Amino acid sequence: MEPLIAVLIGVLFAAGVYSLLRRSIVKLVIGVVLISQAANLLVFTSGSLLAGRPALVQAGATAPEAPFGDPLPQAMVLTAIVIGFGLTAFLLALVCRAHEAVGDDDINAFDNTDT
Amino acid sequence: MKDYALLLPILLPLIGVIVLLAGARSLAVQRVGGVCFSITTFVASIYLVSVVDQVDYLVAQLGQWAAPFGITMVADRFSAVMVAVSSFMGAAVAIYALSEIDEARLRKFFFPLYLVLLLGVNGAFLTGDLFNMFVWFEVMLIASFVLMSMGGEKGELEGGLKYVCLNLLSSALFLAGAGIIYGKIGTLNMADIAQQLAMTDNADWAISSSMLLLVSFGLKAGIFPFFFWLPASYHTPPSAVSAVFAGLLTKVGVYALFRTYTLMFVPIFSEVQTIILWLAILTMVTGVLGAASHFDMRRILSFHIVSQIGYMILGLAFMTPLALTASIFYLVHHIIVKTNLFLISGVVIRLKGSCDLAKVRGLCNSAPWLAFLFFIPAFSLGGIPPLSGFWAKFALVKSGLEIGSWWPVAIALLVGVLTLFSMTKIWAEAFWKQEPESAALVNVPKPVGPLFYMVMPITVLAVCTVLIGIFGEPLFAFSERAAEQLLNPQAYISAVLPNTVEVSP
Repeated sequence: MEPLIAVLIGVLFAAGVYSLLRRSIVKLVIGVVLISQAANLLVFTSGSLLAGRPALVQAGATAPEAPFGDPLPQAMVLTAIVIGFGLTAFLLALVCRAHEAVGDDDINAFDNTDT
Repeated sequence: MKDYALLLPILLPLIGVIVLLAGARSLAVQRVGGVCFSITTFVASIYLVSVVDQVDYLVAQLGQWAAPFGITMVADRFSAVMVAVSSFMGAAVAIYALSEIDEARLRKFFFPLYLVLLLGVNGAFLTGDLFNMFVWFEVMLIASFVLMSMGGEKGELEGGLKYVCLNLLSSALFLAGAGIIYGKIGTLNMADIAQQLAMTDNADWAISSSMLLLVSFGLKAGIFPFFFWLPASYHTPPSAVSAVFAGLLTKVGVYALFRTYTLMFVPIFSEVQTIILWLAILTMVTGVLGAASHFDMRRILSFHIVSQIGYMILGLAFMTPLALTASIFYLVHHIIVKTNLFLISGVVIRLKGSCDLAKVRGLCNSAPWLAFLFFIPAFSLGGIPPLSGFWAKFALVKSGLEIGSWWPVAIALLVGVLTLFSMTKIWAEAFWKQEPESAALVNVPKPVGPLFYMVMPITVLAVCTVLIGIFGEPLFAFSERAAEQLLNPQAYISAVLPNTVEVSP
């Protein structure tokens, strides 16, 4: 399972970078979202993917039976996903307002504050 | 009781946010509350420094979960002094904001967001956990995103978009780097990571994740080649906002770089030292060249942030006790001076309607007091003795010469001269040149509050700059002790993880 996910993470990063390099601001948002999802998936996979091996301690034992899926990355990824949700919503609103102000969705039109 | 010293700089802004949100309808509550909570945070941070200076390390295991299982908050001298100086800026800028931030922005929760920003910054300085640092970064970023684009003007939205996108990218890389570290050694406590890395024979795998973190923190700190968002966005929001961003946000990135490379990645530091050295030099040079080629005061100042970050990273690249001392001293000096310069640019805008050097003339005649107040931080930034910048640069140069790195030192000195050049450019254009007779005042914004609230913090910061220059010895000695701590990661590890066996190097 892990090699497949690893390839998927790579594809997501690549697709995200490709979208970031396009000239439309909508694709910019898509690129940022893809890259942050790729990072989430990477953290998720770091806790090892095992089907049906929860980290539960059986009655009488002191530690869960190895091998077990590490729950900590899942908790962290949940945090990261929630943060990502909020930031994506903010980014979309910002893109919408910026598009209204600039009147174009070509990134090259957004050069008024550049150097 | 000592836990409170550690947690108060985080708790006070948080309580402030709650109080201000409860009193959202009253502008008086917003103003008074914003200033009061910033100042009490500053007082609490001074207490933190005094406690940490006695006990070396303050450690709190949140919820009594022992490290490495719970979240650990740690303060050593470096993080304590960073908290103190950032809270100082927080208090100064909050007073300044009384006279600059208009009612529309106050109604859009300016002060609660401002306190959230301080909360995130202090949290990032005090945490001892890598993932927790990510969360504090996000807290700080969310507040800064809104503060930057709050006005809804075209420039703010455009600058904000660039700022937001690059910072989101940097957060994703941070998360990826932390994820790889967790996947490899199963811990995110920074002291535990450092210990595990020190114990493994072959830590080469950590180079990749250290590079991910370098890019991520570098993006936030604004080092070459990741700094382009900074001069494109910092000149767009109101001066109070740019001042607090200029003083604090990039320094959080610098702090994170110092923390990772003096604690976690010590075993592989020799592999990346050359890269960091080159990045530092290129950051200094590109920043100062950008500043030399610009004619807007705030854009020049933004490029100077980049250039000065280079000096601090240079100290990290040298990695000798004196170099780290110089970097810490430099950070303190730079935060005060840079915040002050941005605040002054706000006063220039208030008086003249613009801070474009092509339009502003004759400030020396019309506002001699402002010229004097500008002179102090500007020439401190350029490294003129006896102001604070001179001692910071002097110590850094001396540390470079001690280890025989001649050419980085030569470049640093050259960059210092160019810094002085662009400061004299502002001085000559805006302050010295005679105002032409026909000069029409271009859309001077309607003042929000009395000028006193703007000048008072600027004066206080300028006096600090002079005092650090003349009586800098206590601060320098403190920086020396902080640098000693940074170079002794084993003490940090045993403070956080008291029950583990000492590992011989």
